[in-house]
Amino acid sequence: MIRIGIDVGGTNTDAVLMDGPRVVAGVKAPTSGDVMTGVIEALKKVLSEAGMSASQADVMMIGTTHFTNAVVQRRRLAQTACVRLCLPATASLPPMVDWPADLREVIGGHWWLAHGGNEFDGRKISPLDPEELRRIAGEIREKGIGSVAISSVFSPVSSEMEQEAGEIFARELPDAHITLSSDIGRIGLLERENAAIMNACLRDLSREVVEAFRHALAGVGFAGRFFLTQNDGTLMDAAFAERFPVLTFASGPTNSMRGAAFLSGVEDAIVVDIGGTTADVGSLQKGFPRQATVAVEVGGVRTNFRMPDVFSIGLGGGSHVIDGEGGAKVGPTSVGYDIVTQALVFGGDVLTATDVVVADGGLSLGDPARVADLDKGLVRRARDRIAEMLEDAVERARISPDPLPVIVVGGGSVIVEKPIAGLELIKPDHFPVANAVGAAIAQVSGEVDRVYSLSEMSRDEALADAKTQATDAAVSAGARRESVEIVDVEDVPLAYLPGNATRVRVKAVGELNV
Amino acid sequence: MSDRDGFLLREEDLLPLSLGAAVLGTGGGGNPYIGMLRVRELMRKGATVRVLPLDALPDDALVSEVGGIGAPLVGIEKFEQGEECLRAMRALEDLTGNRFSAMISAEIGGANSMEPIITAAQAGLPVLDGDGMGRAFPEVQMTTFFIYGAAPSPAAISDEKKNVIIFRDVQDMYWLERFARDAAVAMGGAAGLAIAPMRADFVRRVAVPDTVTQALNIGRTILDARHRRQNVVDRVIAATGATLFFTGKLTDVRRELKGGFVRGEARIEGLGDWAGSEARIAIQNENLVLWVDGKPVIMVPDLIMNLELETGEPITTEVLRYGQRVAVIGMPAHDLMKTPEAMAVVGPECFGYPELTFTPLAHGPVTA
Repeated sequence: MIRIGIDVGGTNTDAVLMDGPRVVAGVKAPTSGDVMTGVIEALKKVLSEAGMSASQADVMMIGTTHFTNAVVQRRRLAQTACVRLCLPATASLPPMVDWPADLREVIGGHWWLAHGGNEFDGRKISPLDPEELRRIAGEIREKGIGSVAISSVFSPVSSEMEQEAGEIFARELPDAHITLSSDIGRIGLLERENAAIMNACLRDLSREVVEAFRHALAGVGFAGRFFLTQNDGTLMDAAFAERFPVLTFASGPTNSMRGAAFLSGVEDAIVVDIGGTTADVGSLQKGFPRQATVAVEVGGVRTNFRMPDVFSIGLGGGSHVIDGEGGAKVGPTSVGYDIVTQALVFGGDVLTATDVVVADGGLSLGDPARVADLDKGLVRRARDRIAEMLEDAVERARISPDPLPVIVVGGGSVIVEKPIAGLELIKPDHFPVANAVGAAIAQVSGEVDRVYSLSEMSRDEALADAKTQATDAAVSAGARRESVEIVDVEDVPLAYLPGNATRVRVKAVGELNV
Repeated sequence: MSDRDGFLLREEDLLPLSLGAAVLGTGGGGNPYIGMLRVRELMRKGATVRVLPLDALPDDALVSEVGGIGAPLVGIEKFEQGEECLRAMRALEDLTGNRFSAMISAEIGGANSMEPIITAAQAGLPVLDGDGMGRAFPEVQMTTFFIYGAAPSPAAISDEKKNVIIFRDVQDMYWLERFARDAAVAMGGAAGLAIAPMRADFVRRVAVPDTVTQALNIGRTILDARHRRQNVVDRVIAATGATLFFTGKLTDVRRELKGGFVRGEARIEGLGDWAGSEARIAIQNENLVLWVDGKPVIMVPDLIMNLELETGEPITTEVLRYGQRVAVIGMPAHDLMKTPEAMAVVGPECFGYPELTFTPLAHGPVTA
């Protein structure tokens, strides 16, 4: 099977072409303002390097920043209605209450509270009122709003009310896009609702972007299936991506960590992805990035997405090096993309992290003669500082006392050539394009996050039920059932409540059924 | 204006107040985020809240203590209709025929720092600068109010559906805890509780004083330190008189459910000055006891707080996880929390550590 993986980063759009598990070609192209031009550029480049035509590729996986950019830049977002099934609960805080005002204004700030919702144990807060929902649908129609987000209290425990309400709105507003919060997020009403609203306001754009990808890929002669990567390192097909654009947020760090795992063959490790300006550091467990447990903001909006627990430090191949009292300072400012013209070894006049590594003989790059006369003390101090920054970051990312290896990837990782924190260092082949490899090898997942009342079933039964649900979700997302495995199980008892309820999160992943 | 006029709470105070309240939550108490947004909404609609010192009211004025009771997880999913505590408070006014003059918090630590401020904003009452714990504790009876003889009834509990239950005659504070918690579960896992009216002279004598101001100061210190890119943990210690007891990295977290409460233990491997040492923290929603190299060094009711080493963000016991780098700081509980009467309600024995004899932390920073 021939796969093409493309990952859009802030500076570069990377692409790889893989034949089965083998990387045939990997390239970088500048990311374009419209994203699409850069993607097509990278695609053409990787095909030409591999000496293949687009028609020979079977599948294409793309990690894109189209939708994150739209939210961050407040552009191309549709007028959106949020309907929350909750009354009388949660009336103290309306939808979008914690959004930046400008973003709320762009999408109109339209919301309604309606009867419905569930208790933690599945009881109804109040029955759904179809008449009330039809009246709200009428108001939405009158305002000419074409996107609807529906949230319901404890919908991760029971999604029936959101589904029923969704059907009512679909009948009343046949042309509207409808997003259900239970399809997107986990427990935490405001955060889940926020994600659903962002998804809804991206639906016009997602239809357009998916169509543009179809068109552009057909234009270069690609006839296979294409997928977008999600923030948990798994895939969604074009139709699903059109419905859930919000799930593409932050897929970049995940792709590079997954690529690092694949290229090195190591499933449990610390990954350091070094670019021109920053290094992203995170940890891999069973080949997947560890997920963040706290709320993550996107464009100023709190969400509880399945985001990788990755942090950035201001160290990259282009980081400025400045000598000073008490040691050298490396970063956080950087020449970034201009390293190819501004770094000393490339004929420029700016001292960068890459220059000191070359000067120290750790790396052969550009014209080493241009750094031969650098002060040895400064070189030593800068190298020490780089080592210290990397060591701190790796220590912070370690999630077990086991001596896990450190995998370094990304274009800037040329500055690392010695073990960090005494741990085994792995710099796999094709390290500069690990993110595109991560996109190319992405799998399909299913997840469940709900509260079980343990008065009716044992904890083991609850876990088994959650695992079945997660597996089914992965299969319905396109995984081959035989290949599905459970990669993450977490159960946290509900505090301050007798009656033994527990919150269970399970994630299953499998190979794409092509 | 005299000191007795207190100060008006402003919208920009809410973020630091919630941050400071989370620190004083000693790992529990629930996240004040939702409550902070609720106060903000009320303020944006024109409500004002004045914070008064404990001595501002005449002796016979009546003070109402309200708070949320239930599971923090329910609180982030089915958050409040908004007037749960107000209804409970009003029910007591209707029952007794007396009006309240001010609100006070049961616990400044965590989500319940905000609840009386919300009720105060709705009722047009001031809120007193103090609370019943100076921190967070898991149960209703664990306040200085009950420890020093506040009446366990009449109390009232209300939910978002406008159900109101009055506990007319309750034999003691432990019965109130039991009935109120069972009612909260029936009400969907979260409810607003108002306890019996307290006279202002009683509150003045037994409340932990100035804790709203204290939470505000802690929050402002953290935000200011972050803004100036200073070491947040050091600044918090300098501003509060807390003591740094350990820095390290979490190597193990265990949790289990016992009687509706999460009990567990976290292990921390020392870093920096503590390299080679190991600390252990017992948790029951809140941090209860800190051992360093097998020796108990801080225990309830003194305050044990985990701050994220780099950001100073308070870490609740629910999100403790392997690999986090933490600074463990300790603060002495208020003297009112350390008397023999208090020990009987909030001492180590009450949390299942009969083998520990409470050894109080010294007041203030240790100086040469």
